[in-house]
Amino acid sequence: MTLRPRPRPGSRPRTARGLLAALAALVLTVTACGDATRPGAGGGSGSGGDLTVFAAASLTDVFTTIGRDFEAATPGVRVTFNFAGSSALATQIDQGAPADVLASAAPEPMRTVTDAGNADGSPTVFARNQLVIAVPEGNPRGVTGLADLTAPGMKVALCAAQVPCGTAARSVLDAAGVHLTPVTLEQDVRSALAKVRLGEVDAALVYRTDVRAADAEVDGVGFPESSGAVNDYPIVVLRNAPNLTAARAFVAYVATGPGRAALAAAGFQVP
Amino acid sequence: MLDARLVVDRGSFRLDVALRIHPGEVVALLGPNGAGKTTALRALAGLTRLHAGHVTLAGRDLDRPGERRWTPTERRPIGVVFQDHLLFPHLTALENVAFGPRRRGLDRRRARAVAADWLDRMGLAAQARLKPRQLSGGQAQRVALARALAVEPALLLLDEPLAALDARTRLEVRAELQRHLAAHPGATLLVTHDPLDALVLADRLVVVEEGRVVQEGDAAGVTARPRTDYVARLVGLNLYRGHADGHTVLVGDGLPLTVAEPLHGDAFVAFPPSAVTLHPHQPARNPHNTWPATVTGVQRHGDHLRVQLVGPVEVAADVTPAAAAHLRLAPGQPLWVAVRVDETRSYPAGIDERRSTSPPVTRQGRQEP
Amino acid sequence: MRRVETTTRPVRRSGRTGRVPVALLAPAVLGLLFLVLPLAGLLARTPWNTLPQRLTAPGVLTALRLSVQTATLATLLCLVLGVPLAWLLARVEFPGRRLVRALVTVPLVLPPVVGGVALLLVFGRRGVVGGWLDATFGITLPFTTAGVVLAEAFVAMPFLVVAVEGALRSADVRYEEAAATLGAGRWTTFTHVTLPLVGPGIAAGAVLCWARALGEFGATITFAGNFPGRTQTMPLAVYLALETDPQAAIVLSLVLLAVSVAILASLRDRWVGT
Repeated sequence: MTLRPRPRPGSRPRTARGLLAALAALVLTVTACGDATRPGAGGGSGSGGDLTVFAAASLTDVFTTIGRDFEAATPGVRVTFNFAGSSALATQIDQGAPADVLASAAPEPMRTVTDAGNADGSPTVFARNQLVIAVPEGNPRGVTGLADLTAPGMKVALCAAQVPCGTAARSVLDAAGVHLTPVTLEQDVRSALAKVRLGEVDAALVYRTDVRAADAEVDGVGFPESSGAVNDYPIVVLRNAPNLTAARAFVAYVATGPGRAALAAAGFQVP
Repeated sequence: MLDARLVVDRGSFRLDVALRIHPGEVVALLGPNGAGKTTALRALAGLTRLHAGHVTLAGRDLDRPGERRWTPTERRPIGVVFQDHLLFPHLTALENVAFGPRRRGLDRRRARAVAADWLDRMGLAAQARLKPRQLSGGQAQRVALARALAVEPALLLLDEPLAALDARTRLEVRAELQRHLAAHPGATLLVTHDPLDALVLADRLVVVEEGRVVQEGDAAGVTARPRTDYVARLVGLNLYRGHADGHTVLVGDGLPLTVAEPLHGDAFVAFPPSAVTLHPHQPARNPHNTWPATVTGVQRHGDHLRVQLVGPVEVAADVTPAAAAHLRLAPGQPLWVAVRVDETRSYPAGIDERRSTSPPVTRQGRQEP
Repeated sequence: MRRVETTTRPVRRSGRTGRVPVALLAPAVLGLLFLVLPLAGLLARTPWNTLPQRLTAPGVLTALRLSVQTATLATLLCLVLGVPLAWLLARVEFPGRRLVRALVTVPLVLPPVVGGVALLLVFGRRGVVGGWLDATFGITLPFTTAGVVLAEAFVAMPFLVVAVEGALRSADVRYEEAAATLGAGRWTTFTHVTLPLVGPGIAAGAVLCWARALGEFGATITFAGNFPGRTQTMPLAVYLALETDPQAAIVLSLVLLAVSVAILASLRDRWVGT
């Protein structure tokens, strides 16, 4: 139990809707993780049929949009997504999950897939993401940079070192020389963000896109050190793709086609 | 001294009995299954809540439903022996008996001393350290008796204490129970459906049927003058209710029975099956108390045979095997029934010494239990 | 990766011998295989040669110790609160008892992560109770070991309550009546008669409860977060290890499995066994 001297009165939850939204986000994230091995509905062949895309959890919103657009632009194709932590996705693919495309939130999980010879060709970086400091709406504690995160009584959530956002957070903190003890190391970026939304922590290091997706409940505070740990998102067609044609079309759509606009709108940097 | 009127409503069943038991007196509450005996016992123990009436025990008002006052079971000066002993399975015999004294304020050492003393009196000193599952049925029931007596209750309640025992064990435990009940200074209520238990153990019988007291008195009075089919069956008498005019009582649909004791008005007539003789033809010598009947069943009964017959009234007759062979008894066989007048007992039915609430007797009792 | 340990109830050994119907044997064997094969899969993929180094890696023992401690504390909490609750449900007639009984089992059907969020909404910094605790005593539960215990107890308590209530309902109330006739009040009857009578049921419930708490993941990570040494229990460590090093995850799972099987087996023989 944490015992603190006389705390300031905690701010009340702003709206029940906000809490519900956070709850829904959490449930979505975890159910996606838990139910990750659902195969892509048999996997048709030819240019039509089903397309199964394994994508990092941080791509959930934007890829859902892109998937709809792609289906509209490519009649006959139905896109099924499996959103989860990139590493979990890589493990599933290595264990033979029938996927057509992998979009990872970091190069490392992608590397395990290519090293195992499960990729068809080499991956393309289709988006970049930067860390920001997520704070509750209105920034009640006046956070302006990384150094503020070490203020007394400040509760900070980071991602665990095992997931990409955690690796990135560690490297920017080290580069900035900030010695920070978080209260929690969350299993993915959405969980870290949810802790901010629920008011359980005062700040979290998350991707800018995640803050943007969280609408008005969370504000993002940029900081200069973040350029030192820009996160690359690679995408690749998988070697055993049941629907090779659609897979290639989808990768092109995302990396060089109309998908770029959607990614930019979501806050990604598009190469 | 127990003074109680127990009224318990349970749906269509209503128990309403009055009981008075003096210190040292043993009263048996006798009745068929479902008569309300156990409900009465539970009401006295406070395990079933009284709806009306009262319970006064040793000068203490325990229950007054009219004043919304009830005493919880644990604060009543009672001891209960249950049918299947209900000894706590996790405690030894000694700990079971010490349980009550301990709850009533004795320290552990003294409670165990009291318990050891009681087990000794029951002849169970050697079994003190055994768990209930290691005891025989008779031993367990004696431990249960010791447990109930160890709290020196003003009222001892026994709920069919012998029913769960086999025949031979029952005999032993009954004898032992008789000894301890005689020594018990408090009032005792014995609930049973076994008339033998009631006759051996009790000073007084209270017979209940359908929630009401139908007959009450000492063993001799109740067995000699049954007032309901149930009691007649228990004591093995043929019993009829009818209208008397001198030595003649009209029973059933107008069958005249001649009786030894003259009386007038509503009356009971009772006689044992041994007072009935059977004949192939109408007995010519004495036409009184004879009627034609048909055999419906024959059973062994001790050293003779008991014959059931139907006719103007139902009747049971005891015959010797020799007589049975002579008559060639078989179901469906027509015979003549004769009842010896000097063995009949007749007594008034209209004015009951108890509030008679029994249904009119239309058939006779005919079987011992 | 979560696992719910199942404990079997004591088996009476007086069963009839003779031919076992194939209609029962076949699904029984299939069921056993279904439960055991994933375990065999874990064993088959265990990196035995690097096992010693992995077991002694920093953090493994910490997480294990934390798991055993929190599961034990959660079980104690469940016993203190759950046994009286089970007694209430089994022995006291009150309006809405059926509803209460249904509510008690809610954590069984609630996805644990939702349970974690629900706990945050109540015991979190802005929660109804948590906000009061924070403002009055400066106590916060999320991100603390106490939070882990709370999350585990929330998820595991129904196992205990259901088991104990079942034991209470099948126990003969006439023993309690007998105790009352001997002068024991309700509390004495409960402690001296009821508890010993349903002891095996309570033990079985506690074992189930402990096992469930040991494997708890969703509510814990949601409510208590994940921080090594403080809130990172074995299941959390397993989950995160899976992100980068599946073999390490297998090793961690094996450790958790070995410890729980060892403890459950010993407890069962001592308490639950006949």
